[in-house]
Parts: sequence; structure tokens; C-alpha cells
Amino acid sequence: MLEPALIAQLRDIVGDTHFRDDPEALIAHSYDGTPMLQAKPDAVVYPANTEQVSAIMKALSTYKVPLISRGSGSNLCGGTVPVEGGVVMVMHRMNQILELDMENLTARVQPGLITADFINHIEALGLFYPPDPSSMRISTIGGNIAECSGGLRGLKYGTTKDYVLGLEAVLASGEIIRTGGKLMKDVAGYDLTKLLVGSEGTLAVITEATLKLIPPPQSKMTMLAMFRDLYGAARTVSAIIEAKIIPATLEFMDNPTIRVVDDFAKLGLPLDMEAILLIEQDGDPETVERDIELIRQICMREQADSVQVAATREEAERLLTARRSAFTALARLRPTTILEDATVPRSKIADMVLRINEIATKYNVTIATFGHAGDGNLHPTATTDARDPEEIHRVEQAFEDIFAAALELGGTITGEHGVGIVKAPYLEWKVGASGISLMKGIKDVFDPDHILNPGKVFAKETRKRVVLQHG
Amino acid sequence: MASKVNTGKKPQINHTNPLAHALLEKLDYDQLTNCMRCGFCLPACPTFRETGVEPESPRGRIALMKAVADGLMEPDDMFRDQMNHCLGCRACEPVCPADVKYGQLIEQARDALEDHPVHSLPVKGMRKLFFKGVFPHRSRLKSLGRTMKFYQQSGLRRVARGSGMMKLFPKHLQDMERILPDATAQGVIEQLGTVYPAKGTPIARVALFRGCIMDVMFAGTNVNTVKLLAEAGFEVVIPPEQVCCGALHAHSGELDLARDLARINVRVFKEMNVDYIVSNAGGCGALLVEYDHLLHEDEAWKEQSAWFASRVVDISKLLVEHGRIPAFRDGASSSSEPVVVTYQDSCHLRNVMRSGTEPRQLISQVANVTFQEMKEADRCCGSAGIYNVTQPEMASQILEHKMENVNATGARYLLTSNPGCLMQMKLGVEKHGCGEAMEVQHLVDFLYERLNHS
Repeated sequence: MLEPALIAQLRDIVGDTHFRDDPEALIAHSYDGTPMLQAKPDAVVYPANTEQVSAIMKALSTYKVPLISRGSGSNLCGGTVPVEGGVVMVMHRMNQILELDMENLTARVQPGLITADFINHIEALGLFYPPDPSSMRISTIGGNIAECSGGLRGLKYGTTKDYVLGLEAVLASGEIIRTGGKLMKDVAGYDLTKLLVGSEGTLAVITEATLKLIPPPQSKMTMLAMFRDLYGAARTVSAIIEAKIIPATLEFMDNPTIRVVDDFAKLGLPLDMEAILLIEQDGDPETVERDIELIRQICMREQADSVQVAATREEAERLLTARRSAFTALARLRPTTILEDATVPRSKIADMVLRINEIATKYNVTIATFGHAGDGNLHPTATTDARDPEEIHRVEQAFEDIFAAALELGGTITGEHGVGIVKAPYLEWKVGASGISLMKGIKDVFDPDHILNPGKVFAKETRKRVVLQHG
Repeated sequence: MASKVNTGKKPQINHTNPLAHALLEKLDYDQLTNCMRCGFCLPACPTFRETGVEPESPRGRIALMKAVADGLMEPDDMFRDQMNHCLGCRACEPVCPADVKYGQLIEQARDALEDHPVHSLPVKGMRKLFFKGVFPHRSRLKSLGRTMKFYQQSGLRRVARGSGMMKLFPKHLQDMERILPDATAQGVIEQLGTVYPAKGTPIARVALFRGCIMDVMFAGTNVNTVKLLAEAGFEVVIPPEQVCCGALHAHSGELDLARDLARINVRVFKEMNVDYIVSNAGGCGALLVEYDHLLHEDEAWKEQSAWFASRVVDISKLLVEHGRIPAFRDGASSSSEPVVVTYQDSCHLRNVMRSGTEPRQLISQVANVTFQEMKEADRCCGSAGIYNVTQPEMASQILEHKMENVNATGARYLLTSNPGCLMQMKLGVEKHGCGEAMEVQHLVDFLYERLNHS
């Protein structure tokens, strides 16, 4: 419960219609895209501008009340569930493109802008913003920055962090800071911009971003290759990179995913394939054609069972259907779908997929894997039922083993979804005790009272790491 | 695809609040669990787009339903309002990765709310009059038609409008009255009989679902539907004992009444032994095509309702997929400039019957016509059954935004496939039209008038 004086202050700052503490608003902001997590906030505010955000933060820091900033709440790590109560701040009203600078090729935007709306807008002007998380039709630029979202184009074009040049943010104290700028070079002190990107709302509230835009590629070609041998597919991925080709998209689906997708979309996929690679290259037409031909030869050399190159855009769309259907097809199998993002060096993909399959068998759970092979970012996806605690426990054990396996292969516990609540108990496995204490030190400087998104990133207790038996 | 494992498991909670108890009883808990809260439905939802607040979205409404069922919140007035705020356009269903049957959930929620109503006396009276007294009864509908016709033609309407009497009604009802078409007691059977032969070798025998409002307010469209079907090679029968589809009842939480009507229709059409059951109103068709679900708890009707549902098809889809499509030509335009035509989807035709492309294909086949796709044609116009009467504010806000897109097409004709949308679009053109003459027509009427009668 908030103190009446604080409620009065917040109402005063945003106006009565943009402050809510009725049961409907509290329930509707008690969850995000993460399964099985729910906690009610004490209030919800919808600020209109940076000054209001600053005033809200000043009020909350006086009363030491937590603040959870969020966009559309589509993240998968529990990043915006208000586990310690407090005030949820929805950024949807701050959704303007403030400036498009055609001389510097930059955009200045507010955090509540829907990513796809932004992309549609600038593409109509002949520009390109590559980060394309699957949630982009609903997720916001601010949310993408807070989580450092990736997407299908990460391998060639990088992720959100590579396109944020500058930020305006409000600290826990209410102080407004500006970092970076319309600058391609800037080494004035520590890189606070990069520090805030991916900080999951635990260091500051992002209120504005300066984004880098690039010229769009002139053409694009799409191909699909199927493999009976998982290692053949994995070697193909490495061989493509070794040949100094960086495809725009290099996506992977394993056999359990192929089966589910075919059952769902009736594509007539051969069910005895161990892997499908979906590959796209973009750039100037001659290079694209040359690259696709080279990739085709590599696929054949690595014993691909079949290779199809799309001759037209329609055919390309058809080839893309299988990969695009993966999540939907899996989500329809069982009531609860848990999508993780363990990531390994791309040379270790085959090993990782086999480990995931072994782990799924060990715990008798269903896990299918698809993902971004080019950057080693896999999405092992468990289909289960939240109402069955015994099965959920086995799923959790399986994911624990999967995180451990990823680390053993030189990988990480999360490639693009963030730590949030879900992976907090495993963060120390990746960054070590000294890494955690360094990060906690940074947190203390930005947010001494721990009112910004408390309960995220740092776990109360790190999971004891079990040493896995190979075999 | 492999069918989803549905356990039907519900939490064991003894709710003291009777409405909460009813909601837990009636809501399909599997569907509530299937919502994984990814948020992909948010950009598809008209009320979310208008307001930008989470409770006004399908994900939000499902979370509210589940919270009440789980005992996390009381079903207060705000909850009740929120359930009624949904247009029921079901644009959230095609974009849902998990295939959550949101339309069923909202109907179940409203069904529970109707068991514990808080309607004011006049609303209660109106609901009883229309849902129980008028829609289900063909003869009463006809006399309503006669009364309305009398009202419209006797000069009473002129008197009512002239005297300022209409000003006694709320503004949005005055607006509605203005755009009501001329009613008739001469329905499609009175005009054409119960059997209409195919032109040429019959492709199939089809039964027309004439609808209740359609046959009183848009009897001409029903007549044109039959003639167009015949022209395309279908023998058409019109079972005289058919009744209202029950859609308005189902969407308003009167599920038992809807089921009663469904049983009558299933029986009547089954006797006709037809290949297809043709609808020309997306709103009706969408419920007809889900009769199997509506009656799924009734073992005795399982087989017959499945038979019925599998045969329901919109006229546009039937023409495109199986008909001998006749040549259409727009001769009205004297110049060689093609006439610009645009199309507003009926939400239920597109999202439930999944017939979005067929109407457009048909329009594009008309000679001397340019089809101009409207921006966001797939978004609800705000009519949504009786939504524009019960939620006038939101409906008019949605309509205003819709009309910006309509006007931007510069079309001479605005076509649609459902009586509710048709009236709403007429209202839109009257209130927000850009001055030049734009005609709003049912797709069937537009096509029929452009048949090349050789």
C-alpha cells in the first residue's frame, strides 16, 4: 500500500486519469510474457514526458517505493513483473519519433514507440534499422534497449546495442542524464550508453534514445537446406563463416521442431531430417548471388540432403514459413510454453543441440530447439502445463542442466532475453563472484536504495551448480 | 496437428461471491491457461489501440477473467464494464500463436455476468423484448418490419423528425435512426418462394441462411444473394422454419437462448439435405460455423451440429471456390475512367470464417472497376453487433478513425459483407464523409447490379 501523501503527489504529477490503483489496473500489470510469474504492483502510472518521469522518481525515492518501468510487457525473463510491489510505469504515452536527422542518419525517439511502427516509418523513407526481435510488432524501443533485444539479423548486423548512440535517462534520484549523442566516435569517459543498454530497468529509466540508421541492402536471396546429419548442418554453419561469408540470416530447426512445424503447417517436410537451415543473404545483387551459390556448394559438400534456392520473393516467403511457424506450432502443443535462449559459440551448435536432447530425455520432458544458428543463439523450448507442479519441476531441472551445458561449451545463460528473475539464480555461474560484486557495486552507485526494478538480475541466492556427467 | 492436451483442471476454490463462482464454473480454464501472455494480440485489438491501456486488450481481459476465477480479485463494476467493452471482433484470434479461443472466453464471461445482471430496468426490458420477444420469432420480426415500414412511409418518421421528438433520444440513437434502411415485411421467401433453380447444370444444392435482421431490413440483399447464387450455378433452397442465428444472444451472454435457436436451425437445415449452407452476413455466419462448439456439451446434438457447421460458407467463398462466376461489369460510369471501389472487412467474416481474400477477388473481377485497398480494412468499424448502441462512446471514436482511412481511399463505393457493418459505415459516411458522394453497399448488391444480363 502506498501512503496517501505519495498517491496525492503522483496524481498531481501525471493527472488523475494517468494514475491508477484500482484492482483492474493492478491485475493487468502483474505479469509479462514470462510463464508462471505474477505479482501485483501498488499502482500504475502513465507519464507523458521526461519531466514527469523525473518528478515521479523524486517522489518515489523520498518514500523509497520501487519503480518498474515497462513498455508492452512482452519480455520472457520476468523482467517487468513487480515482485516487490511498488509502482509500474508504462511508457506507452511517450511514443513519438522526435527527430529524423537525414544528414547524420540518426533518429531520436521516445521509449514507448512500438519497434515495428518505427521500422515501417523509416523503411518508407529508404532507411534501415536492423534489430528485429520476434516481438517487434508489440515490443517498444525502450523495452528493446532495456533488454538489449536481438533478432534474426544479429549475426550480420548486430543487436540493439550496436544501434544506440545516445540516451536520455532518469536516475533513481530523479536526476536526468544524457549520454552519447549523434556520434560514431565518442570516448569521453566510461561508455554509459552501453552500460544502460541491457540493464533491464535496474539502473535508470530510459526516456529518449538516439538510434543509428543505415542504408538498406539492395537485394536479398533466400535458401533452405536439409540435413540428415546434425553435424553436417553444424559444419555448414562454420564453413560458411570460414569462407568469409556473413549471411543476413542463418536460422536452425532441430528434428523435434521440424516434426511439430510440419504437423502444424502441413508443409510436407521430410520428418527424418535432423536439421534444417534457413539462410538469407542481402547486399548488392552480384555479391548476393555469388554468396548464395558459394553457400549452396558448401551445403552440398557437407552432405545436405536437399538445397532449395528461392527464385522469387513468393517462393522465399514459402521457404520462410517453416521457421516462422516454429514458435506458433510449439505454443499450440501444450498449455504452457517456456522459451529459453542459451547461447554457445557457433562452432558448438551441434554439441549443444545433442546435449539439450539428452537432457530432455533424462528428465522426460519435451524440448524442441530452433534458433539463430549464425550467432549460436538457440531457443530450447519446453512445452508443458503450469498446472502440473511435478512436471514443471522436471522442466526447471532440465533448464538448469541446459544453462550448465551452455557454459561448459563456452556459452552463456542468455543471449537476448535478459536475466530478469528467471535466470538470476544462474548469473553467477556466468560472471563469477567477482563479476557479481562488481555489478552490484555499479547498481549501488546508480540506485543506492534499490528502488529501480528490485528483485531482478541479482538473486537472493545463487543455485548450486551441479557438475554434469558427460555421456 | 496433434491436438492440444486439455486437462480441464480448475483450481479448487469456494468463491463466496456468486459471480466469481459462476465465472470459475463457466470459463474454460484450459483456454485461460493457454494464454501465455506474449502480447501478440495487443496491436490487433481496436480497444487497446484506442486507449493504449493493458486492461483494454485481450491479454488484459483474459488476465482479469483468470484473476477472478483464481480468487485474486473480486468481479467489481469495472470488471463488468471491461468485459462489455470488448467489441467481440476477434481480430486477436488469427494473431494468437497459442490459438486461444478468446471469442469463446468472452462469451462465457458474459454468460456468467448475465446470470448475475445489474441492468437498469429499461435496459432489462429492452433486452427481454428483443432477445426473447422479437429476434427468435419470425412473425414478430415481420410485424416489426411492417411497423417500421409504416413508421418510415406513413410520414410518421417525418413528423417524428420534424417535431423534434427524436431529440428526446440519446444522440447516438438519433444517429442510428437516421441511417436505418427501409424495412419490409416482404422477406426473401415472400418474394422468391422456397426453391430457386440454378442457371445451367446445377453445381450443388445450397440452402440460404436468410438471417432475422437481414430479411427485414435488407430483404433486397437476400433476394440478390439467391439470384446471384443461381446465376453462378447453384440451386437454392430457403427453409422457411429457420430462425435467428443467435449471434447477438451469444455475444451478449444469453448462451442458453442462443443454443435453443441453434437446435432449431440445425434440425431445419438437416432436413433439407444440402451441400452448403450459405450466409451473406459475416456476423451470422461466424456463429453458424461454430454451432458445433456452441452445442458441444450436448451429446445428442454433437453429430448434427458438426454436420451443420462443416457446411456453412460465406457466399463470396462459395462463388470463388465452386461457382461459375459470371461476368460483372460496371456500366454506371459513363466515362472510361474506372470506378474506384474499396472494401471494409466484416470482422467475423475475416477472423472467424477466415474469408478475407474472396470478397476482394470478386470485386477485382468486375470490369471497369479499380479496387483500392483501404488502410486497416481488417479493423473493426465499431458496429460489432449491438456495441454501437451499448458502448456509443468507444464505437464513435473507432468509427471516426475508420472514416479517416475510408476517405483516404477516394472510393466511389464502399462495400462490406454484414448488415451491422453496412449500417455503421453508412453512419460514418453521413457523419464524417468527405463531401463527395460515396455509396455504401453490400458486396452482393454491388455484384448483382453489375451482372451482364445477356
